[in-house]
Amino acid sequence: MRVTEQTLEALSIGAAILGTGGGGDPLIGKLMAQQAIAEYGPVELVSLDEIDDTDVVFPVAMMGAPTVFLEKVPAGEEGYMAVQRMERHLGKKVTALCPIECGGMNSMIPFVVAARMGLPVVDGDGMGRAFPELQMETFHVLGVSGTPACIADEWGNVVLFETVDNYRLESFARACTVKMGGYSHLVDYPMTGTQVKGTAVRGTVSMAIRLGEALQEAHRSHVNPVEAVLAATRNTIYGHGIALFQGKVVDVSRRTSDGFAVGQARLQGFDEEEGKSMVIDFQNENLIAKVGDEVVASVPDLITLLDPDTGYAITNERLRYGQRVVVIGIPTPEIMRSEAALSVWGPKQFGYDIPFIPLEQAYPDFYRRVGVPLEKEKYLALMPPLER
Amino acid sequence: MSYRLGIDVGGTNTDVVLLDSKNTVIAKAKTAVTADIVTGIRVGVGTVLDQSGVNAAEITHAMLGTTQVTNAIIERRELNEVAIVRLGAPATRAVKPLAGWPEDLRERYAKYSWIVGGGHEFDGREIALLDEDELHEIAESVKGRVQAVAITGVFSPVNTDHEERAARIFREVLGEDIPISLSYQLGSVGLLERENATVLNAAVSSVAKRATLSFQQALADLDVHAALYLAQNDGTLMSVEYALLYPILTIACGPTNSMRGAAYLTGLKNAIVVDVGGTSTDVGVLVNGFPRESFVAVDVGGVRTNFRMPDLYSIGLGGGSEVTESEDGVKVGPKSVGYRIVKEGRAFGGDTTTFTDVVVALSKAKVGTHEVRLPRELAERAYDVAIDKTVEAIDRMKTSSDAVPLILVGGGSVLLPSEFEGASEVHRPENYDVANAIGAAIAQVSGRVDRIFAMDQKSREDVLEEAKSIAIAEAIRAGAEASTIEVVEIEEVPIAYLPGNAVRIKVTVAGTLASYNQEEVGAHASH
Repeated sequence: MRVTEQTLEALSIGAAILGTGGGGDPLIGKLMAQQAIAEYGPVELVSLDEIDDTDVVFPVAMMGAPTVFLEKVPAGEEGYMAVQRMERHLGKKVTALCPIECGGMNSMIPFVVAARMGLPVVDGDGMGRAFPELQMETFHVLGVSGTPACIADEWGNVVLFETVDNYRLESFARACTVKMGGYSHLVDYPMTGTQVKGTAVRGTVSMAIRLGEALQEAHRSHVNPVEAVLAATRNTIYGHGIALFQGKVVDVSRRTSDGFAVGQARLQGFDEEEGKSMVIDFQNENLIAKVGDEVVASVPDLITLLDPDTGYAITNERLRYGQRVVVIGIPTPEIMRSEAALSVWGPKQFGYDIPFIPLEQAYPDFYRRVGVPLEKEKYLALMPPLER
Repeated sequence: MSYRLGIDVGGTNTDVVLLDSKNTVIAKAKTAVTADIVTGIRVGVGTVLDQSGVNAAEITHAMLGTTQVTNAIIERRELNEVAIVRLGAPATRAVKPLAGWPEDLRERYAKYSWIVGGGHEFDGREIALLDEDELHEIAESVKGRVQAVAITGVFSPVNTDHEERAARIFREVLGEDIPISLSYQLGSVGLLERENATVLNAAVSSVAKRATLSFQQALADLDVHAALYLAQNDGTLMSVEYALLYPILTIACGPTNSMRGAAYLTGLKNAIVVDVGGTSTDVGVLVNGFPRESFVAVDVGGVRTNFRMPDLYSIGLGGGSEVTESEDGVKVGPKSVGYRIVKEGRAFGGDTTTFTDVVVALSKAKVGTHEVRLPRELAERAYDVAIDKTVEAIDRMKTSSDAVPLILVGGGSVLLPSEFEGASEVHRPENYDVANAIGAAIAQVSGRVDRIFAMDQKSREDVLEEAKSIAIAEAIRAGAEASTIEVVEIEEVPIAYLPGNAVRIKVTVAGTLASYNQEEVGAHASH
C-alpha cells in the first residue's frame, strides 16, 4: 500500500482513535510526514508477511512532552540521525522501519524517516494502541532487548543506550530527553525480520488508516460516524468495537503525577443510559471505564471517547463539562492479552487492583451476535450459555 | 460633563450608543451597515448627537468594535505582502510556515518565508544563538518588496528576547513605518497556530490602518475629537497605536462586546449570555465579567490560529430562521432570511415562515406589522425545536450542572422565553438590543501572561503571584490604572511528560483606562 499525503489524513484520524485519549495529537506528526512525503515521495506500507527473515527493522518514534513539540516543532532529520547512528553501531543497514505505537502522534514518525530514506514501513507496531512507556511494547514482552537504542535531538546530538533491562532504558532515555529540550526522536528494539514477525501487533497501521477512511466516508455520505468507526473494526485482529456509553461530561479532574496527566472524567448518560453514569480513569491514556461500581472495560482493551456528531476522537486534554461523547471500547489484539503482556500493562501495572476482563467476556451477548476473531472464541466459551 | 461613544459595526447593523460619565445610556441608534462602513458610523453618531443634544466636544472617548479585519481576511481583500520569519532553526524545519493553509493564501505568501537560527527551549534556554547576520540579509532582500513583517520565535511566550532582537534588526533596515508583528504579543504556546495568527495579523495591518484612519476622520467630521480605542476579542480595549500593531485581535470583538454589555447591563459577572441575531445565536460564558476564552484552535479564513478568542457555541437559530416541515419532522434554521426578514417574514407581510412568525403566532411576543396565523401544532412543535436547541447550547457551555443566571441580549432575544431549563434566573436587560455597543463603550484594558512554569522549586502560590505580577505590569503598559486592576481569569494546565511538575499558567487581568476619571466612571456598574 502506497502511503500518500492523503493517506496520512486518514491515518491521523484513525491514530487519534487508537490513541485512547492520549498518545499526543497526531496533527504535527501528520504535517511532518506530509512535508517529508511531498519532498521525497510516497512510502510503501508492507505487511509483516512481506518482510524477509533477514530484514533489519528499526522501530522509530518520538518520546517526550506533546506540549513541547507543539511549540518546538522538530527539525525533521532527528529520526534519520538516530537511525544512522544505530546502523553504524550495529554495522548493519536498516531495510524497513516500523512504528513503536500506532496510536496518536507516533503513528506518523516512521513515515517522516521512511520518506527521507526511501524505506518501507512495516504494518504493525509494539502496542496496538498508545501507551506511555518504552517497556510497554510487545517487543519487550516477547523478549526482544530495547537496546541498543538511540535518541537524537534537532542538533544531531545522539545518545546511545545499552541498558541491562528495558525498564532502565525507559528511565535513562526519559532523563536525557528532558535535557534535549523536552522531547527526542528514538530508535529502540532493533530487530531482524524474524523477530518483528514474531512479536509485532499485526496490521495496526492499516487498521488506523481504515478507521480514518471509514470516518471520512461517513462524512461524505452522511451516515452515523460512530457506527462507521465501529463497523470498520469488524474482521480485524482487534475484533468488533462496541459502544459502551453515551452521555455528557459532567466533571473532569486532572493533576500531574510523575510526569503523567492523571485524572478522571465523569459522564452522565443519555437515552438508554439515562440515569446511569460512567467514570473514565486516565493516565495520559484512558485506562478504566466504570458504570456505577462495575468495571466494564479496562486497559489494555481500548477505551476512546468520540464526538457523537463527527466521530472524531476526543483527547483527554480537551475534555470538559458539557461535551457530548460516545464511549467506545475496542478489544485489544490477543498478543496484547497474554499473561506476560498483562504483567506489563494490565490494570495492576497502572495501580488498579482489579483483574483484566476482556470486552468479549464483559459483553458476551453482543459478541455472540457480532462474532469474534477465531483466537477470541475462548472468551465466549467462558460464558454461561445464552438465555432464551 | 464628559461622554463616551460606543460603536459596534456588525454584519448587518452599525449600533451606536452615547454614555454619560455614570455609564447611563443617553442615546442609541441602529443603522444599516454601509458599503464604506464610515457613512453608517457618521449617520449613527450624528443621530445620537441630535437625540441627546450633547455637544460633540464633550465626548472624550470613542470605543469601536469592527469586523473590518475579519472581512478583509475572508474576502482576501487588500492584504499585505509579508516577510515571514521563524526563529527556530535547526529545530522546526519539519513543518514549514504556511503548512495547512488554503492553497490561494499559501501560494501568495510562500515567496518571503524563512526559518532562521534562534528560539528558546520550554525552560527559556536558547535553542540556538539568534542568527543576526541572516536576519540582516533577509531584511535587505525584502526591502521595498513587503509591507509588513511577521516574526515568530520558538517558545517566545516563555522568552521574548529573540523576537524583540529580530524586530530591531528589521526596524533598522526597513525603517520605522513598516509594521512588525511579534508572535508573543498574539498567541499562546503552539508554534504553528501562533505563527499563522502572526502572519495574518501582518497581512491585515494596512487594511486596519486605513480603516482606523477613516473612523477617526468620520468622527472628526462630526467634530468629535475623542481618544479612539478599539475593542478586542477578549472584551478589553486597545489604544489605536496598539490596534495598528495587532489588528487581528479585533476579529471576534462583536460577540465579546455583547457579552461585556450583558454583564454591565445586569451587573452580573458570572452568567451565560445568549446573543440572538437574525441568522444565528451565540452562546458564551461570562467569568468574572469577561467572556471565557476558547482553548482550542480557531479557524480564521481557513487558517488555524490560537490567539485569544471568546469561547462561543453558535447555533443556526435566529429571528429570521426558516421553519420547514418534512418527514424528518419540523426544522428551524439553519437557513435564514437574515436581514430580509423585514420583507419576507410573515409578521412583516412576506410569505416565508420564520422563527419570529412562530413566536408571534403563539402570542409569545409582538413583532412586526402583520398578524400571523400558523397551524397550532406546527407552531408549537417549531417553538419546542428552537427552545430545545437553545437549551442544549446553553448546557454545552456550562461548566457544571448547577443552574446559572442567563442573560438574553441582541435584537432577536425577545423571541426567547423568560424561563429556561438549567437557568437559575433569566435577564433581558433594558437596551438589550444595543448591548454590543454598550459593551464596547464600557470596556477596560487588560494584561496577560501564558507561560510554562516549573512548580518543583517554588510553591504554587509563588508561581501564581509571579504570573499575576507579569500580567499586571502588562496591563499598566497597555494603559490601565494600577489601582483598578483585577484578576479576570487564572488557568492552570498540568503538562504531561515534563519534569518538575510543569504547569502552563494563563493569567488575565484588567483595569480601567488610566485616562478616565475613576470617581466619575466607576470600574463596574452596580444595579
